[in-house]
Amino acid sequence: MKARVTISLKNGVLDPQGKAIENALHGLGFDQANDVRQGKVIEFDLGNTSKEDAPAAVEKMCTQLLANTVIENYSIELLD
Amino acid sequence: MKAAVIVFPGSNCDRDMKVALEQVMGSAPAMVWHADSDLPDVDLIAIPGGFSYGDYLRCGAIAGNSPIMREVVKKAASGTPVLGICNGFQVATETGMLPGALLRNADQDFICKDVHLKIVGENRHFSGGFEKDQVVRFPVAHHDGNYYVDDETLARLEGEGQVAFRYASAEGDVTDQTNINGSRNNIAGIYNEAGNILGMMPHPERLISEQLGGTDGKTFFENLVNSLN
Repeated sequence: MKARVTISLKNGVLDPQGKAIENALHGLGFDQANDVRQGKVIEFDLGNTSKEDAPAAVEKMCTQLLANTVIENYSIELLD
Repeated sequence: MKAAVIVFPGSNCDRDMKVALEQVMGSAPAMVWHADSDLPDVDLIAIPGGFSYGDYLRCGAIAGNSPIMREVVKKAASGTPVLGICNGFQVATETGMLPGALLRNADQDFICKDVHLKIVGENRHFSGGFEKDQVVRFPVAHHDGNYYVDDETLARLEGEGQVAFRYASAEGDVTDQTNINGSRNNIAGIYNEAGNILGMMPHPERLISEQLGGTDGKTFFENLVNSLN
């Protein structure tokens, strides 16, 4: 089983990199791209972890290390 | 008095911290490697600046979960003074020892220059020798120093006197123009609730002699060491 964790800055937390990307997109003429936010995706293999155990295990990984919940949200996808 | 400086792969202000502490303590601090899980019995733990673990994942995130930091968190909880400078501040927030987080600077620049700071909160260990509202000059060198904290915690920090320094002008004015990196309320450093932990982005250890451009940092360390002797 594989896991994919998507991490993004919370609403209201300034994202200067997203802003810079937005400005660059506008510079290329893509004026329709607004409210750009940059995040990150972390993928990993969970080996033989069972379907039952996987959600809680990945949740723990997110809160302890992968995301800083002061500033970031995360979402978890489990892939067969 | 005994001190320890924590050294991570990627720390680059550990030796500056050692020199500053040695100069005022008269003896060298212990340099403790991140993979160690034993921390000597000391009166002060310093977490230095740098780019621990290459800033991978988030600044301070991997260092914050290293074996030695578990010991640092334990000692801090039992009252040992902890000083986190720059990356050390980022590491301290990642462990939860200090509230908030350090985001990318609002204008995206890496900022490397001397800044003026206004002394805000008084503290038994860290602000001795400085008057409230006094202006000091320390260097900064960071890309992720934009202090963020939610409204509720910010109100608590302000209400409880946990704000240590604010980015200010040489005259002590605290304005948007003097807020170099977008930090909430111009915050450059904070204390924990118990007052034994200070996290700050500026580098007092880089300004400890006239040959280096000033001695405000030396005053900072002298006062700190005096409070612990």
